[in-house]
Amino acid sequence: MTSGTTAPVLRVENLVRTFGGVKAVNGVSFEVMPGELKALIGPNGAGKSTCFNMLMGQLKPTAGKVFLKGEEITGKPPRAVWRRGVGRTFQITGTYQSMTVAENVQMALMSHHKRLFSILPHAYKVYREEAIELLDVVGMADQADRACAILAYGDLKRLELAIALSNNPHLLLMDEPTAGMAPKERINLMQLTADIVRDRGVSVLFTEHDMDVVFAHSHHIMVLNRGELIADGNVEEVRNNPKVQEVYLGGGTLYKQEPADA
Amino acid sequence: MGLLVAQLLTGLANAAALFLVASGLSLIFGVTRIVNFAHGSFYMLGAYFGVSLMDHLTGGFGFWTSIVLAGLIVGLIGVVVEILVLRPIYRAPELFQLVATFGVILVIQDLTLMIWGAEDQMGPRAPGLKSVVRIMGEPVPQYDLALIAITPFILFALWWLISRTRVGILVRAATQDREMVGALGVNQSWLFTGVFFLGSTLAGLGGAIQLPKGGADLLMDLNIISAVFVVVVIGGMGSILGAFVASVLISVLNVFGVAYIPQSTLVLMYVVMAVVLLVRPYGLFGREEKAGEHGQVGEPDRPIRPAGTLGKSLVALLIAVLALVPLYGGNFTQVLITDILIFCLFAASLQFMLSVGGLVSFGHAAYFGGGAYAAALLVTYADTPMELAFLFAPLAAGLLAIVFGWFCIRLSGVYFAMLTLAFSQLVWSLVFQWYDVTGGDDGLVNIWPAAWLSGTTAYYYFTLIVGIGGIILLRHITHAPFGYALRATRDSARQAEATGINVKLVQWTAFATAGAMAGLAGGLFVFSKGSVFPNELEISKSFDALIVVFLGGVKTLSGGVVGAAFMESVKDWLTRLEYWRLILGLLIIFVVIIAPEGIVGTLRKAAERVGLRRTEEFMR
Repeated sequence: MTSGTTAPVLRVENLVRTFGGVKAVNGVSFEVMPGELKALIGPNGAGKSTCFNMLMGQLKPTAGKVFLKGEEITGKPPRAVWRRGVGRTFQITGTYQSMTVAENVQMALMSHHKRLFSILPHAYKVYREEAIELLDVVGMADQADRACAILAYGDLKRLELAIALSNNPHLLLMDEPTAGMAPKERINLMQLTADIVRDRGVSVLFTEHDMDVVFAHSHHIMVLNRGELIADGNVEEVRNNPKVQEVYLGGGTLYKQEPADA
Repeated sequence: MGLLVAQLLTGLANAAALFLVASGLSLIFGVTRIVNFAHGSFYMLGAYFGVSLMDHLTGGFGFWTSIVLAGLIVGLIGVVVEILVLRPIYRAPELFQLVATFGVILVIQDLTLMIWGAEDQMGPRAPGLKSVVRIMGEPVPQYDLALIAITPFILFALWWLISRTRVGILVRAATQDREMVGALGVNQSWLFTGVFFLGSTLAGLGGAIQLPKGGADLLMDLNIISAVFVVVVIGGMGSILGAFVASVLISVLNVFGVAYIPQSTLVLMYVVMAVVLLVRPYGLFGREEKAGEHGQVGEPDRPIRPAGTLGKSLVALLIAVLALVPLYGGNFTQVLITDILIFCLFAASLQFMLSVGGLVSFGHAAYFGGGAYAAALLVTYADTPMELAFLFAPLAAGLLAIVFGWFCIRLSGVYFAMLTLAFSQLVWSLVFQWYDVTGGDDGLVNIWPAAWLSGTTAYYYFTLIVGIGGIILLRHITHAPFGYALRATRDSARQAEATGINVKLVQWTAFATAGAMAGLAGGLFVFSKGSVFPNELEISKSFDALIVVFLGGVKTLSGGVVGAAFMESVKDWLTRLEYWRLILGLLIIFVVIIAPEGIVGTLRKAAERVGLRRTEEFMR
């Protein structure tokens, strides 16, 4: 799927994050290639969200490096990472409740075009067409003028996706994009994401608990357990990986079985 | 050397009352997350009850019994306040709680006036501790030594209560996670009430125990509250030990200040606070306040749109009517409307940062008074022409807001509010104490407008243009991309940061803008009155603005202007009544509990209900 000649969009080298004595993420390295839809899975507490927060700059890594298109972005604040072309959606949506659907996207567009400190025009008219176009991509154009506060949760998730696309990102980071959604909505949202990856050439890295969603749409899957990457490969490789089976099916314990000779 | 020791001992003795009051406030905040502005009132009540009880209970036993009884009575009053005023609004945004406790201050002030009268009460001296002890040749009052001896016991008792008893475990648990304590089956209501009782009792004890040193008067409540805030902010909200250390620090500092640099005692306190917060934003022993995921509590604000044709026509009509006022209205009407317009602009500037930006400032008077003083100082010392001095008012206030804003913006929520308050007190104390330059209490006078604006009518039109222009400008900015960016930071700071918005920079800019506009109002004010006094910088001035924004409606755009116009119109009539504070206080409490949407919000809802106004398209 990915050729060896193209450069990765995202390269992570030996990422470590400790909380007190706990190593939440312990030496994780991976790459995300252009146009790739890659899943990061793992049991609760495996370090997925910690990992995500370090990629986007919400959390500073204890050690390790993050490169976006070859440029190091380790420890840069979220807004700087966003300016370099990384969009993000959150596990719990954080849209602007007091604005309409279209205004939420317009806000991101105003930020992208560096118009935040402009005091001349009426903001509700600024970049309205572009916002409607983006809303059309996620199928929300017909709700453009509704207040965000009265949207259904699934619609909020789609709105968040439109916002994340507003800076023409190279990479989308989606933290549990389908959490809290009905099964049918989940399938629709992931199909939508897959379409966006195909049509726009965006790379997507996402975490997810729903294995149906993961195995149906991802090109590659990474499995994180207790802060360490135990698998990174295509769907078949990961499905057949004995360590992964151990973590997800085996033994009823998530802890590594330390053999006597270790 | 002897003098130094004596001064140190005086400072330690003064720390006793301060510590009692501050630890009570800290305790209440830790558990209920309410900053009780009325805490100073409990302190005042403790002093008054103490005086009355000591009249009847004589002798050493009577004296100490009176102190304890005064504390307990105040504790019970605290319980009444908690049950009647605060219980209904625990789930409301913190601003509502702060405003409600301010209503309580006004009510208690007038009730105290009713019961004890306006005269200051002398505190009796402690029986058996009336003389002085010579320490290294210097006289030290025996009572001071008693206070120094008592304070560690109170600290120890509180420490023991908090860390060694079951109640203390519950209190500490609630300080960390109220919801979890509730989920584990603890009756939260009574835990809160109990803590309120304890905290109020401590304040009452503080008031009573300082009687031999200070007596009781009606200004005690606001006088101590700013010192207590400084102590709590320096020590760290919710930390008893912090309250102790900071009380000692501030009291000792004050005593040495009085002795060596008497011109700057008040200022010194705030400078120390600023330095501590620079190094440790949450105080010496405080823990970082983890704000909720999303700042807004309760129903989110509605989407906004610039006024339509109807709205614009109505505003145009109103301006036309105001422009015609000099034709039929006399001097009195013009002066009244001038005052109203100035206050409206001041309130609008606060509403901009408070409602649009979610930045609850408790010290907005610093920029209003700051602007007024800046212009007045230029006129007084540099004979600056009025036009230039007037322009300097918003400029100076804006600069002041840039400096203070840099500190304040680093904090959020209650900490932000406290710091803005402390900074405004810094400005006030500077103006109040720097007599040679600012005239202190005598103010600056003879600050009149230029000849072409000197008539009442001319200045009326000037205010009309500048005041309404300022209000419209603020409103336009609200609808512009910058206003939207500001609302974005309020709605979800996390989302804003993740989409390239520099949240702190946007907030800082808004802070400076609001400050400059308040300064503009201050400039209008000083030339309309011809003078300016330190009370334009006082806490109560900041509260005036907060209250009108609140009365008008926090979650609206025009609430500040409407509330200010309403309040300034009725103030003249209201203040003629003997107990107007009582009425105003009850009105505030009433609005907080019954009609939290304010005048504009309530009218809007009512109009929608009866069908006069359609629910906006985006709410369907």
